Amino acid sequence: MLADRSTRPPEPAELPSPLAPRPYRVGRVLRETSDTMTLTVRPASSAAIARPVPGQFNMLYAVGVGEAAISVSGVLEGQEIAHTVRRAGKVTEALAELTPGDALGVRGPYGHGWPLDLARGNDLVLVAGGLGLPPLRPVLEAVLSDRGAFGRVEVIYGARTPKDLVYYADLQDWRQRSDLRLQTTVDVAGGDWNGDVGVVTRRLPDARFEPDRTVAMLCGPEIMMRLTAQALVERQVPASRIFLSMERNMKCAIGLCGHCQFGPSFLCRDGPVLPFSRLAPFLSVKEV
Amino acid sequence: MTGLEEAVRHHPLFRGLEPALVHAAVRGATEREAGAGELLAHEGSPADSLFLVLSGKVALQMDRPDGGALTVQTVGAGEVVGWSWLVPPHRWRFDVRAMKASRALVLDGGSLREALQGHPAAGFQFLLRFLPLLAERLENTRLQLMDLHAR
Repeated sequence: MLADRSTRPPEPAELPSPLAPRPYRVGRVLRETSDTMTLTVRPASSAAIARPVPGQFNMLYAVGVGEAAISVSGVLEGQEIAHTVRRAGKVTEALAELTPGDALGVRGPYGHGWPLDLARGNDLVLVAGGLGLPPLRPVLEAVLSDRGAFGRVEVIYGARTPKDLVYYADLQDWRQRSDLRLQTTVDVAGGDWNGDVGVVTRRLPDARFEPDRTVAMLCGPEIMMRLTAQALVERQVPASRIFLSMERNMKCAIGLCGHCQFGPSFLCRDGPVLPFSRLAPFLSVKEV
Repeated sequence: MTGLEEAVRHHPLFRGLEPALVHAAVRGATEREAGAGELLAHEGSPADSLFLVLSGKVALQMDRPDGGALTVQTVGAGEVVGWSWLVPPHRWRFDVRAMKASRALVLDGGSLREALQGHPAAGFQFLLRFLPLLAERLENTRLQLMDLHAR
């Protein structure tokens, strides 16, 4: 008996390719630093991607140039999503040149995000280095929208220089709040900088949290995350409750190509957010 | 025992050390308050002080080739500034400037050296506490060179 055509599985040719980007347009462009900007994007058709959760990333396609994995830096009203992009190659150069109304492709969201549910009821330590702040901003926004559900919130943010600090308005806002503590530090500064100078790990001793009821989320260069995680472990925060957002060369983003392999994990599929307890054995292995 | 000696005795760098060493170390010590922007030590000048920062924040600065100051590290309450009093030729390697109203105990470098030489066992204990501070500074400087915050 022939199968009913209306209920049969679609032929492969009829399936949308998981690698096909959805058409989107740029909403707003906000210049953060000399080489970094935040783009908001919105669907150009009814084919929007799913709503991302904090910590996930999208593949942004600069038309005719190529794709780059960019963390979600804001989940906005409606279906608008923010991504913060630093000029670092052909694709990000092209993305950084986009202006409001320009077309681009988006596919995603991909990966596992930050464990916000685990953080509920606990103290939260967020440590960001450089462009590590964008993937953590949605966490902070989620926490502040439900502030009573979390304990102490400590944010430590390090950048190369004061001019490299992103989200100036947000930093001002967070600094004013009494329900979180923000420490910013830079590697080097001119005499007009009144903040701290030094690496982020130097700011940890000033952070107040109960180690056995703390969840830490770290994002930034790998060495920064490794040293920060080690410092947190020395302060008795369990390695299983310290989470790192790992970055590798994401290509397919769906766990097929292997470009983002890190030890036994494909970071696009199993990460990018993973606990230190799982990552630690591989973080000090060269060429992993 | 003066209040200043008492304060030094309770500082992590000196806590539990032989009282005679502490007594000798505080000879010539003072407490200093500095307003925001005030220079506490100048690069190249004789380094005759160890600052135990009690409150506020101070910056370690160097002159930029194009003029102006470059802050390479900030130091806050509970931390110490200055190791050139220990290492010949005893000259400051950087400027020390208060970034905001700050207070510090200022120990005299000459008295400190004499105290360490006069009480070798306790002096060695002191150095065992002081050297990790230098090592930490060196480690942090290396990390800054590695562009730790880049991504």
